[in-house]
Amino acid sequence: MGAVKVLLRNPRREIDVTGPVTVNDLLTRLEINRESVLIIRDDTIVAGDAVLAEADAVEISPVISGGAG
Amino acid sequence: MKCRVCREPAVIDVRRHNANFCTEHFLRLCRDQVGKAIDEFGMIARGERVLVAVSGGKDSLAVWDLLVELGYDADGFYIGLGIGEYSDESGSYARAFAEHRGLNLLEVDLPGDYGYDVPSGARAARRVPCSACGLSKRHLFDKAALDGGYDVVVTGHNLDDEAAVLFGNTLRWQSDYLGRQLPVLPARHGFPRKVKPLVRLAERETAAYCVLRGIDYIVEECPMADGNKHLGYKEVLNALEVASPGTKHDFYFGFLARASERFRPEAEAEQDDLHPCAMCGAPTVAEVCAFCRLVERAGGRGSVT
Repeated sequence: MGAVKVLLRNPRREIDVTGPVTVNDLLTRLEINRESVLIIRDDTIVAGDAVLAEADAVEISPVISGGAG
Repeated sequence: MKCRVCREPAVIDVRRHNANFCTEHFLRLCRDQVGKAIDEFGMIARGERVLVAVSGGKDSLAVWDLLVELGYDADGFYIGLGIGEYSDESGSYARAFAEHRGLNLLEVDLPGDYGYDVPSGARAARRVPCSACGLSKRHLFDKAALDGGYDVVVTGHNLDDEAAVLFGNTLRWQSDYLGRQLPVLPARHGFPRKVKPLVRLAERETAAYCVLRGIDYIVEECPMADGNKHLGYKEVLNALEVASPGTKHDFYFGFLARASERFRPEAEAEQDDLHPCAMCGAPTVAEVCAFCRLVERAGGRGSVT
């Protein structure tokens, strides 16, 4: 049995999530607002309805930056 | 999920447009939205020299790339802020982008050229770091544009940035700030024209643009920005956006269409008080401008042009 490897940023850390799971369900499970991230697999964006299989590795890349100046 | 345009598999959904897009048509959407913003607000005329304020982050690299794609003559301007490894890394992304595309990147280094960095400047001036940083950047963008003979300064402020600033200004009814929160600030009183071509793109879209265009940018958040109000406002607005797509767009563009004019007199009254800084000549309402005071308090140098 494998797991979906999920890389999170700020701070950088890696967690395992039981798959298969859709991108949207993964974000719901992790309580992450979908407006604030992109899911990246193999250097490209994965759509919300895509299914992540066990042994997939994805990055949840934050898109919010703090500069207002 | 299918692309709205070609029905091929989509890579991204843009819920406020109630649409999904493949890579090709998402990139076209971004170019169209930036072109529309430039035309709608009269930001840049063909043939004008453009200076893009570049941080190494997604927004500034995306807007630089989009302007070049749209045929504008755009150079970049990067400021080394002296924020440890974060500045080293962000500068390397800006330089790599420029080098890879054969574009011209101008640079200023706060510690090397002015004798202070953002952390020490903030402490000395008793400002929060984001305030000292923003103040320094605005002054140096203006100076670089005027010294270099550029017609317009472009910043990478996106829809989320503008909605969050508007939210903060509205919470406090900061009417002078509200009066000048516009996508175009015309050249006047010694300031160059400043424009924000990304106002029709959300933050998630500028990040997606970079990923799909193969633009490497600094993903890590500035360590100085951790916990600032602006990030908190964005979280609040994103919570509203998920429940009601289009909220950020309606908030910001509704303000521009129906409210910003009401605050214009206060912003213009402040402009009437501007005169040259006694030290550097930049426009200010005080005898010495805030940038020169910051440099002086931080024990820096080079504030006199």
